[in-house]
Amino acid sequence: MKRFGALLLFPLAGLLSGCDLVVLAPAGDVAAQQRDLLVVSTLLMLVIIVPVMALTVFFAWRYRQSNTAATYAPDWDHSTKLELVIWAAPLLIIICLGALTWLGTHLLDPYRRIDRIEPGQPVTEAHKPLRVEVVALDWKWLFIYPDYGIASVNELAAPVNQPIDFRITSSAVMNSFYIPALAGQIYAMPGMETKLHAVINRPGAYSGFSANYSGAGFSGMRFAFHGLSDQAFDQWVAQARAASAALSRDNYLELEKPSENEPVRHYASIDPDLYGAILNLCVERGKMCMNEMMSIDARGGLGLAGVRNTLPLQYDKLARRGAVFGNDPSYVASICTAEEAAAARAASDATPADWPARNLSPLRGAGLLRPGTESRRAEADTPSLGLLRREL
Amino acid sequence: MPDTLTKFIFGRLTWDSLPLHEPIVVATFVAVALGGIALLAAITYFKLWTYLWREWFTSVDHKKIGIMYMVLGLVMLLRGFSDAIMMRLQQAIAFNGSEGYLNSHHYDQIFTAHGVIMIFFVAMPFVTGLMNFVVPLQIGARDVSFPFLNNFSFWMTVGGAILVMASLFLGEFARTGWLAYPPLSGIGYSPDVGVDYYIWALQVAGVGTTLSGINLICTIIKMRAPGMTMMRMPVFTWTSLCTNVLIVASFPVLTAVLSLLALDRYVGTNFFTNDFGGNPMMYVNLIWIWGHPEVYILILPLFGVFSEVTSTFSGKRLFGYTSMVYATVVITILSYLVWLHHFFTMGSGASVNSFFGITTMIISIPTGAKIFNWLFTMYRGRIRFELPMMWTVAFMLTFVVGGMTGVLLAVPPADFVLHNSLFLIAHFHNVIIGGVLFGLFAGIAYWWPKAFGFRLDPFWGKVSFWCWVVGFWFAFMPLYILGLMGVTRRMRVFDDPSLQIWFVIAAFGAVLIAAGIAAFLIQIFVSIRKREALTDPTGDPWDGRTLEWSTSSPPPAYNFAFTPVVRDNDAWWDMKKAGYVRPLSGFKPIHMPSNTGTGVILAAFSVALGFGLIWYIWWLAALSFVCLIATAIGHTFNYHRDFHIPAAEVTQTEEARTTLLAAQG
Repeated sequence: MKRFGALLLFPLAGLLSGCDLVVLAPAGDVAAQQRDLLVVSTLLMLVIIVPVMALTVFFAWRYRQSNTAATYAPDWDHSTKLELVIWAAPLLIIICLGALTWLGTHLLDPYRRIDRIEPGQPVTEAHKPLRVEVVALDWKWLFIYPDYGIASVNELAAPVNQPIDFRITSSAVMNSFYIPALAGQIYAMPGMETKLHAVINRPGAYSGFSANYSGAGFSGMRFAFHGLSDQAFDQWVAQARAASAALSRDNYLELEKPSENEPVRHYASIDPDLYGAILNLCVERGKMCMNEMMSIDARGGLGLAGVRNTLPLQYDKLARRGAVFGNDPSYVASICTAEEAAAARAASDATPADWPARNLSPLRGAGLLRPGTESRRAEADTPSLGLLRREL
Repeated sequence: MPDTLTKFIFGRLTWDSLPLHEPIVVATFVAVALGGIALLAAITYFKLWTYLWREWFTSVDHKKIGIMYMVLGLVMLLRGFSDAIMMRLQQAIAFNGSEGYLNSHHYDQIFTAHGVIMIFFVAMPFVTGLMNFVVPLQIGARDVSFPFLNNFSFWMTVGGAILVMASLFLGEFARTGWLAYPPLSGIGYSPDVGVDYYIWALQVAGVGTTLSGINLICTIIKMRAPGMTMMRMPVFTWTSLCTNVLIVASFPVLTAVLSLLALDRYVGTNFFTNDFGGNPMMYVNLIWIWGHPEVYILILPLFGVFSEVTSTFSGKRLFGYTSMVYATVVITILSYLVWLHHFFTMGSGASVNSFFGITTMIISIPTGAKIFNWLFTMYRGRIRFELPMMWTVAFMLTFVVGGMTGVLLAVPPADFVLHNSLFLIAHFHNVIIGGVLFGLFAGIAYWWPKAFGFRLDPFWGKVSFWCWVVGFWFAFMPLYILGLMGVTRRMRVFDDPSLQIWFVIAAFGAVLIAAGIAAFLIQIFVSIRKREALTDPTGDPWDGRTLEWSTSSPPPAYNFAFTPVVRDNDAWWDMKKAGYVRPLSGFKPIHMPSNTGTGVILAAFSVALGFGLIWYIWWLAALSFVCLIATAIGHTFNYHRDFHIPAAEVTQTEEARTTLLAAQG
């Protein structure tokens, strides 16, 4: 079998030369430094792994039972010198690797601004970073360019040799934002923001995707990343600006609904507060933003009144699904006096039954039914829900 | 029947819960049902029910429970491996616009079930079974500290396995990945029964694992033969002790975190939700505080097996026993300080990441020392390449590669490019197959003659060995390469056709492994057929060194007629050298625990409780919970807990062995 192995190596080598080991040959400086660390660590470990494997084979062969010429020392079980060596050898390797790790981890911290475009070319004042806000949706990627006022779905572009500052969040579940050719990945998590700093050095089309399983449409959550020359990037921006669609909050709420294998899409304009609202889980009207709530809480909260003022904070339970046990808890949706309520009712000439049916289909998650309910109708028919929505 | 009544009786269980629209599941169901009916019919036809119930199911004998654990692990291995080969097939064909043959609903369940089953219901029962069987024999004890608890633990593990298997045919399993990260596993994004199956299967099995851990710790601490100080314990016993300490210290964390997730899903709390101040990252932290020690729970006992096997088959004392013991203890402690390396990419600061990266690397120092110790045990030995030793050498050559890629992943910047990639998948299969599974096969081949009195057939064992080892390299080396090509895990379809060849090679490797599993089953079958030829009447077929080889094969119910007295590390080797003479008279009655069916009954109620909770059948949950508590209290009034094996019977058993040994000359 071992002799066979050697023969097998030839086609393998052929195969390897034909495939694109993007992690080992990236096009961005950050990924290249990560690759260097990967290669150096591997070589460092091979210093000890190769002798161990060779010794294993050698000892197994040399001290086989049939080789009576070899020394046999059945009671030999200790040697202080040897013990020192077998503990010290891995220790030394790990000390070297540990030092590399400490340095590398700090230098390549994704939160740290990059300080060079490529080896020998430091970042200067002239390099204005390109800001990109990334939102992982079920199951597509939204890229917002706040400096240009444009956005795109499943397509990302950046000029070469210009630092890129990513701000990353997610709308529903955890994903991981990863463009192997550009830089290492970082998670995209709802209600939280992560950061990534990188630069692309070679023009080209690269692939990006989610590297953390996020549900049914996960496999199709891929996007193209274009490293472009400055002119080409300007053209790309112009092309996006020529698109007819605008990314308002309402459009975002439509976009946010789960969908798979979405085609590339551009938005000519964006709501400037949208990314902040996504991050703070308050794109929908009537929601209180997380940062507002935290600010209220930091000042001591709303006291007892605040305990019931929770509806504006609901996010995962958009369809008011409630718990398995018992009815939905009641919440304060908005606060008004009795006179104001009467006036509002008088101002509206329609009775509640005439109110137009609103689109109550779940925004995300697979068929957001209340646990234990059998049909979607049970949800939509709840009159209190329509009422609440209306008031919101 | 009115709607509310149906709903009260059946909860959310409806005809739609049966996956009749999934032809693959239906075919599997038919196959399993036919096989199951055939098995039950055979048991009934051969009138084995009473025998099974009296001699096995209700047995509190640690040896029988150990064997039952191994059977459970083997059965579940077949299920877990079917999932694996379905994934390999899907990934090998889903190219060029093809959707493959599995939709995401099905595929996502398969990879979740594969992970859950392989860790919780294959590796854990195998490891626990091995410890259960071997540890009391190695320390010269007659049983574990709490024999009834042992039986109960086993049946709880079975209960968890039953719930997982039920999800295949009734409803669905989780579609979340094997650790069920929220918010995806929260009620908002996984409203179906899948995650509930996951939670309750693990909770039920977790009770068994935790109790079994407590049991074995007590056994090792309190029941060693006179003279066996801690530093004279066999290395397998040492590694078992450390593993069980890890179990007892880490499984409660799993129980707690799954309880919190269950509260989120059932009563609307917000521990891990996006809104209301919930924090999904807390779940990720907690589950890995259990999850990382878990991988050492799996591997440590197998390190023990390799130590026993290397020393026995090299005919030599284990090199560096003391450093081996300290290495094990250091690994045990360090395994609690590394959990964050599973999520470097979630945005921790550089200093935190470096800390956890470096602690992870430090673990490789004692592990490296262990490898060297085995190496120098082989040095100047007389190595007999029987099956267990073959597995050990294959382990040493395979595991170091897995260890190296593991340390590589511990370097945070490298992890940023390899996290969640197929490189990671290749890495942990490299250590789990190359370490845990190879070790289990070594252990099974090594202790099989002790358990059954005859050896395993070497020919089919070698077929299995080569299929496994070669199959492993074929199945996982392509995944390393794919990882370096930036391919991530859990993908169902691919758009880059240049990847396909690697997935085809990996699928070929999986087929070889399938052949390895088949050869292993054939090996067992052939060995049972040829048991007369393979018989081992001596009880010591390998010229063993530890106490389990001093008694007969299979050992009598009481293990040792007289408790051995230990003077040295390799107690049995020492006894043999000192010219030990087996006592032939003066036998006394032996005090033994009685069998009881309570463990089976308690586990059955637990399964019913879990089933009720999964399907929202509240009356069933409440009823089975009451029955569970009542049975547990009722059992405290059971005063028929022990009996004595009369001296005459012991004499008879021992004389039979004397005759057998005499026939050997």
